[in-house]
Amino acid sequence: MSDVVTVNHAPTAKQSGQVVKALEASANRVDWANHLFKYLFMLSAFIGVFSVGLIGYFLIKEGMPALSYAGVTNFVFGMEWVPPVLFGIAPMIVASLISALGAVVIGVPVALLTAIFLAEVAPKRVADVVRPAVELLAGIPSVVYGFFGLVIIVPMVEKVFNIPAGNTLMAAIIVLAVMILPTVIAISETALRAVPRSYKEGSLALGASPMFTIFKVLLPAARSGILAGVVLGIARAIGETMAIIMVMGNSPAMPRHLLDSARSLTANIAMEMAYATGLHSSALYTTGIVLLVFVMVLNATLLYLNREKAR
Amino acid sequence: MNKFDVKDLNLYYGENHALKGINLPIPERKVTALIGPSGCGKSTLLRTLNRMNDLIENVKITGNVSLDGDDIYQERNVGGLRMKVGMVFQKPNPFPMSIYENVAYGLRAQGIRDKKIIDEAVENALRGAALWDEVSDRLDGHAFGLSGGQQQRLCIARAIAIQPEVILMDEPTSALDPIATHKIEELMEELRKDYTIVIVTHSMNQAKRISDKTAVFWMGELVEHGETAQIFNSPQDERTKGYVNGDFG
Repeated sequence: MSDVVTVNHAPTAKQSGQVVKALEASANRVDWANHLFKYLFMLSAFIGVFSVGLIGYFLIKEGMPALSYAGVTNFVFGMEWVPPVLFGIAPMIVASLISALGAVVIGVPVALLTAIFLAEVAPKRVADVVRPAVELLAGIPSVVYGFFGLVIIVPMVEKVFNIPAGNTLMAAIIVLAVMILPTVIAISETALRAVPRSYKEGSLALGASPMFTIFKVLLPAARSGILAGVVLGIARAIGETMAIIMVMGNSPAMPRHLLDSARSLTANIAMEMAYATGLHSSALYTTGIVLLVFVMVLNATLLYLNREKAR
Repeated sequence: MNKFDVKDLNLYYGENHALKGINLPIPERKVTALIGPSGCGKSTLLRTLNRMNDLIENVKITGNVSLDGDDIYQERNVGGLRMKVGMVFQKPNPFPMSIYENVAYGLRAQGIRDKKIIDEAVENALRGAALWDEVSDRLDGHAFGLSGGQQQRLCIARAIAIQPEVILMDEPTSALDPIATHKIEELMEELRKDYTIVIVTHSMNQAKRISDKTAVFWMGELVEHGETAQIFNSPQDERTKGYVNGDFG
């Protein structure tokens, strides 16, 4: 090799015979690894799509009998849950929506301010302590959140509102608000950090204060990412089961206010699945269909919001 | 009359001694060009003039930078300093909003809400940046719809909307094509009448064309400064000679 390229001469574009041979051989080879990986990627993507399809198919197949027995209207708007005669899940729908919404109303502002703190305000040393703490929150099993709710939140609700039983919508909202924090914080912080540094510099260089910069440039620029975090937070709240069962009281009647006991869609399925048979069992699958529809609506909302942004 | 006076300025990024004992007067209503090879400290010096280096952690500064006789590092109100000392960046960085809102941004940041005042300021700034004729019919259009050169002039409009006294330009044309560059240089000919301009540039020809004064940097040191013609025609320092002749850098 050294006879081709020497230190004193300018390097030439000529490669040695060995190199040329190796390159020619490579050019004529069929690249199997390339094909293999292409199909491996495709297969992996297909597994996710296939699972969603399968879950949807079985939910509908199993839930159909109860749905045709009660009718969509009676099922979704019915106020009475008396299996195996009356399958009205309106109280559960309301409980699920209210608890998720309440969790968002309390949790999202806290999460957003935390994300701003971590991304923009906190000194690196402080952020390096707070961030792992928040991430740890995501790793706590929901049954442990249930304990936390049972031991702290439920008695607190009893005391503050002076009611005999603290297992209420209110307790569930507070527990869920804490549970969605890590999701919303992590995604919002990532979105804030992804905002080009040049926006921030441009704003500060115009004499704008750091706070003005955060609220007028950084937050709007991170909007779609933050919304994604909020929607995932709602999905987490709607889908949460164990913690809710432990703190919400689970009575299937329509809650009249936040200090009523209530039962979520998820709790309805989890609590009765063990002993339900026939139509009753089918009705629980139908409850699952309703949950699935909620999640689909949420995702569609997210797509729509982001499309608006991209326009 | 000197707008800025930089005295015995040392700047450290952690252990890295990035500016070494800089002494540089920057005259009012003149164009001062800072030139030198990459990493020589010219952009760092530019960013000490409006305290943008404050954003970087672990920066230590000693010495003195005064604007109209007042030490800007004693100043508590950094926002106020940056209103007086505007900045245009290497890559055009309009905000993701309409053309109008981009120019109005600096005024809104100061709490100005009166639409009549803002309308007037936006028009004046866009005229001042030679952009009004091209965008007056689409002020509500998104700033990203403009060409690179137009975006850079928008950034200049945004800076002059708040009536600065100084405009710092950090290689403002390095991301632009020759025609857009020419337009920006023409614009600078106009701006020099009203503003003190400090420009960092990699283009020796640009420094020659547009600047009155030139300062040459070398590995964190200011090796030579003076009238542009003198720097380019009869440089005193060997390093300056080599750099302006294009031997290296």
